[in-house]
Amino acid sequence: MNVPVATQISQVARRSALRTLRQPAQIIPSLVFPLMLLAINASGLQRVTQLPGFPTKSFVTFALAIPFLQGALFGVINAGTDMARDIETGFLNRLALTPLRGSALLVGLLTGSLILGLVQAVAFLIVGAAVGAHFAAGVPGLLVLISLSMLITLGFGALGLVVALRTGSGEAVQGMFPVFFVFLFLSSMSLPRNLIQTDWFRTVATYNPVSYLIEGIRSLLVTGWDGEALALGFGIAAAIAVIALTLASVSLKTRLVRT
Amino acid sequence: MSRASFRSVTGAIWWRTIHNFLFNPALLVPSVVFPLFFFAAFAGGLSSVSKVPNFDFPTGYTAFQFVFVILQSAAFGGVFTGFSIARDFESGFGQRWLLSAPKRGAIVVGYMCAALTRAAITWTLLTAIALIAGLKIDGSGVDLFGLYALGLIVNMAASLWATGVALRIRSIQGGPAMQIPVFLVLFLAPVYVPLNLLEGWIHSVAKLNPATAFLEAGRGFISGDPTSVLLAFGLAIALVALFSLWARGGLRSAESAS
Repeated sequence: MNVPVATQISQVARRSALRTLRQPAQIIPSLVFPLMLLAINASGLQRVTQLPGFPTKSFVTFALAIPFLQGALFGVINAGTDMARDIETGFLNRLALTPLRGSALLVGLLTGSLILGLVQAVAFLIVGAAVGAHFAAGVPGLLVLISLSMLITLGFGALGLVVALRTGSGEAVQGMFPVFFVFLFLSSMSLPRNLIQTDWFRTVATYNPVSYLIEGIRSLLVTGWDGEALALGFGIAAAIAVIALTLASVSLKTRLVRT
Repeated sequence: MSRASFRSVTGAIWWRTIHNFLFNPALLVPSVVFPLFFFAAFAGGLSSVSKVPNFDFPTGYTAFQFVFVILQSAAFGGVFTGFSIARDFESGFGQRWLLSAPKRGAIVVGYMCAALTRAAITWTLLTAIALIAGLKIDGSGVDLFGLYALGLIVNMAASLWATGVALRIRSIQGGPAMQIPVFLVLFLAPVYVPLNLLEGWIHSVAKLNPATAFLEAGRGFISGDPTSVLLAFGLAIALVALFSLWARGGLRSAESAS
């Protein structure tokens, strides 16, 4: 019996969404931790806005882009850990016996991460507005910001699936968190690239794709409509998503052959 | 019960914990790499912060952040040792320590010695890399000794805090309860700029935060202009005394549960 792909996706997506929403341990840290860091950094670095050439007088507006990336990093962990658990408990092996298509499984599994990403994006914007952040691109800009944030979450979630499918271990997925965090810290997270004084750091930040994801989001908050920043942000986010989904698809095939 | 058996229990726990630390990349890498990474990210990425008006630290921003990373790695070295205790009790190994140790305080002392060794290993590497990266030190050898001595006492305080939590929860799931309070105390201090440049609520919190005294004393040592030394050492020793009681309570809790 052939079940339409859309039905297959919706079944897996429903399970993924319910599993995410039923786990406060997944939702709460991914909201609280980025906001906590925002509060600390925005207060501790407010004086940085006095540097000549700093693009805004409000560091909280400048820093509000960071929680979106940190939230997406939690997407790596959540998607990967859920997949690893399915491998460890043998659920993936049982799914392999059904006519479920690999693509439906991957897309369905990422639904949980995307729902969490949406909750995070809305929460970060509400908190940002409450603490006085500005939104230079206005309400339409917020919709674009949420779209970019979801695309980043999709790509990062797919990276989590790749790690889980390759290692089959939740511990290995958790161990990847610091690695992704390194990419975040070695970016233009805390200062605009032109104000980074240390040459090697500025070079690393320039080659680090995470810088362009942050700058895409930040442009909507600080500058308004910056076509170049948005094109780079959306382009890199889409590239990460495509590469990660392709790798996840290959890894899934390998994993199913192996079992 | 002789002193020798106390030493042998302490030594056995110290050796096992350090052996696991050195030969398990999952334990070694975060302890060593994270401080280096924080140092690179803060000293490298934020060096223009030293150009903020009224930022006055002539020894340079690298030294300013080096002190934070030394104290941060001291505190987290203690927290990571709490993780080792939790893992040992989760696997049942800790309960076997309790059965075999004639004096159980030796267990806590053994883990603390391991935490101090871990911190010393991390600092050696961190200091070497910082010097290669151009760290400027205006303080004398005695001042530097003061910085590392302060770090050791902070390490002891953090170890005792994490030990108390680990012995009560006896599961690695207690990790956030050990880690988050330490993280908050460290970051609610003048991490990026001196206290006088902080504004608003964080200035009020930082003024009351003991970590502010540790950072100011440490930065005073490295710049050869010791400040808040008595306050910092007094607070650090007071925290060790307080968390010794907390850890002793944890040990009692673990004993009654086993």
